[in-house]
Amino acid sequence: MTSEYAVEMRDVVKRFITPEGNELAAVDHVTMQIKNGEFFSMLGSSGCGKTTSLRMIAGFEWPTEGEVYIEGKPMGHTPPFQRKVNTVFQSYALFQHMTVFENIAFGLEMEGAEKDEIQKRVRHSLDMVQLTGMERRRPKQLSGGQQQRVAVARSLVKVPDVLLLDEPLGALDLKLRKEMQLELKALQQQLGITFIYVTHDQEEALTMSDRIAVMSKGKVQQIGTPVEIYERPSNRFVADFIGESNFFEGTIKSLSKNEAVVHIPALNAEVTALPVSDGLVKEEAVVVSIRPEKVRIAEKSNTNANMFQGKVSNTVYIGTDTHVYLDVNGAKLKVYEQNRISRLDPKSFYTVGQEVWLMLMPENTLVLKKD
Amino acid sequence: MFQRLRENKSAQGTLLAFPTMVWMIALLIIPLLLTLIVSFGRRSPDGGVIYSFSLENYTRLFGYSTDCDNGASACFNPLYVQILWRSLTLAFNTTVLVILMAYPLAYFIARAQPKRRNTFLFLVLIPLWTNFVIRVYAWMMLLRKEGAINLIIGQVAHWLHIPFQPLELLYTPGAVLVGMVYEFLPFMILPIYTSLEKIDNSLYEAAADLGANAVKTFLRVTLPLSMPGVVAGTILVFIPVMGTFIVSDILGGRQVILVGNLIQRQFLDARDPTFGSAASLILMVLTLIVTYFYTRKFGFGEEIVVA
Repeated sequence: MTSEYAVEMRDVVKRFITPEGNELAAVDHVTMQIKNGEFFSMLGSSGCGKTTSLRMIAGFEWPTEGEVYIEGKPMGHTPPFQRKVNTVFQSYALFQHMTVFENIAFGLEMEGAEKDEIQKRVRHSLDMVQLTGMERRRPKQLSGGQQQRVAVARSLVKVPDVLLLDEPLGALDLKLRKEMQLELKALQQQLGITFIYVTHDQEEALTMSDRIAVMSKGKVQQIGTPVEIYERPSNRFVADFIGESNFFEGTIKSLSKNEAVVHIPALNAEVTALPVSDGLVKEEAVVVSIRPEKVRIAEKSNTNANMFQGKVSNTVYIGTDTHVYLDVNGAKLKVYEQNRISRLDPKSFYTVGQEVWLMLMPENTLVLKKD
Repeated sequence: MFQRLRENKSAQGTLLAFPTMVWMIALLIIPLLLTLIVSFGRRSPDGGVIYSFSLENYTRLFGYSTDCDNGASACFNPLYVQILWRSLTLAFNTTVLVILMAYPLAYFIARAQPKRRNTFLFLVLIPLWTNFVIRVYAWMMLLRKEGAINLIIGQVAHWLHIPFQPLELLYTPGAVLVGMVYEFLPFMILPIYTSLEKIDNSLYEAAADLGANAVKTFLRVTLPLSMPGVVAGTILVFIPVMGTFIVSDILGGRQVILVGNLIQRQFLDARDPTFGSAASLILMVLTLIVTYFYTRKFGFGEEIVVA
């Protein structure tokens, strides 16, 4: 491996003609660098351009503009069968007319590998995905999870530089999906192969990834580690898409590197907060975001800044947390409190109509661009 | 009674199958038995049937003859065996040619944009709107000495100053083959198209992804997955070609006699229903044997591929 980056997309644009005859940029000036050995996810809702990006890396689509590099080499119009990347398809795309063994051996036969070597490597990759003994079954005779493993084994047996996975767990039930997430992550760490993983499931992306690219409308919104994405979203879209947030629109009144004071009309107050988005300026209309679990409910006001009085409008017990819905000067705010104590005693809940004080810690109160 | 019927699934099935069963028994099983009985009979001088148990018709079909040149009491007459063999090879050749022509077209239609596929399928079906016999006659117009093909070649030859004698195209085995291929092509295109259309695009991508070029993808993925269509089409083409007599009658004249013509002439011209019945049964048995071995090797085309 000569290049620092396993895959690089430089200013890639992919335009399609819609059935109505309009031009649509499915991928709109996307640039990203994926490091060797990294578990990289592209996260976004359907139509955000994540799958199209993946397909351009695989070679099923060619960029309209820009260039895809694999191991430092520009790919141009290189067909899929000449790229050292392999894909695990959403539908698995197993060959129904072949056995499990033949499916996995297919890629090696195309390379012209010797029979003995094929035997050995197919066995080994079956071991890897814990499907030993299933060689002679047909894909139809396997469960969804097993088919998924065959698809992974079929791609990994070729020892690609990069493994591309297009929502591979989408068809599995929740429990199996969680198991497979950890298994895939372990497999990736064990093999050291770069994985590029496409998903619309934020929890999946957070669980597995070293880094995540959050995408929307063909553009990259943010690239960062799971912690960065969650704790320091670069704009409102990311804060809204990943996890939940309370948003308040406001105007920046004063601004320094580590602190901004934002006037929020809905709260009729000025809030001290952390400027996060790039390129914020004074008097800019912005949005202030705070995660529900980061709001603190206190019984009494003390002298700290960012204290607000509110009224409890509802509480919902969901097992791990209690969700408290509050009314602050007519603005709605939600707070998630972890149930560290037993809630068996009804008195341990806030009562509807109860007056409480809320504290928004400045380091958790983020000033973000509106879009 | 209705209550009981509602609970009894197999009775429901029988009831639903009843009309078809009556139809099949009355119009297939009984006539077939009659044919069998007649085939063992003897022709009466006025063209009727004398019922008996005689294998004469069958031995005659397979070449036993008492009408010999050299005065011998029995000899081998290959006429009917030749007819059977000709029918078999023609059906085989037709099927192979039809597969070779239908497959690329079916592939092209299956890979076309979904909106345009229906248009193409419609075009494939258009010839079927015209009567079978009329379409065969149209070929006669094309193939005869003064026909369109000879006219065109003659005109080209005239321009190039090459001497030209009109080609004898009509009433040749080739004419019959062309007619058969033309008549039965749609019956191969449709099943192949259906099985190709079912193949998910991601399977082609997976093959390419795993290192297969276009040729290998076709041989290892596309072709095996479309075999059910080829098998179904083969059954739909081979069996009727074995039995039909119209194409050979019109385009083959007296030159190309197939089993179908033989049977037809026994009933209508020679007035020997017993020999005609025997030939019919032999045709059926021959077709069954070929179909049996073919489907034993390739299946019935029922393994629908789910991508």
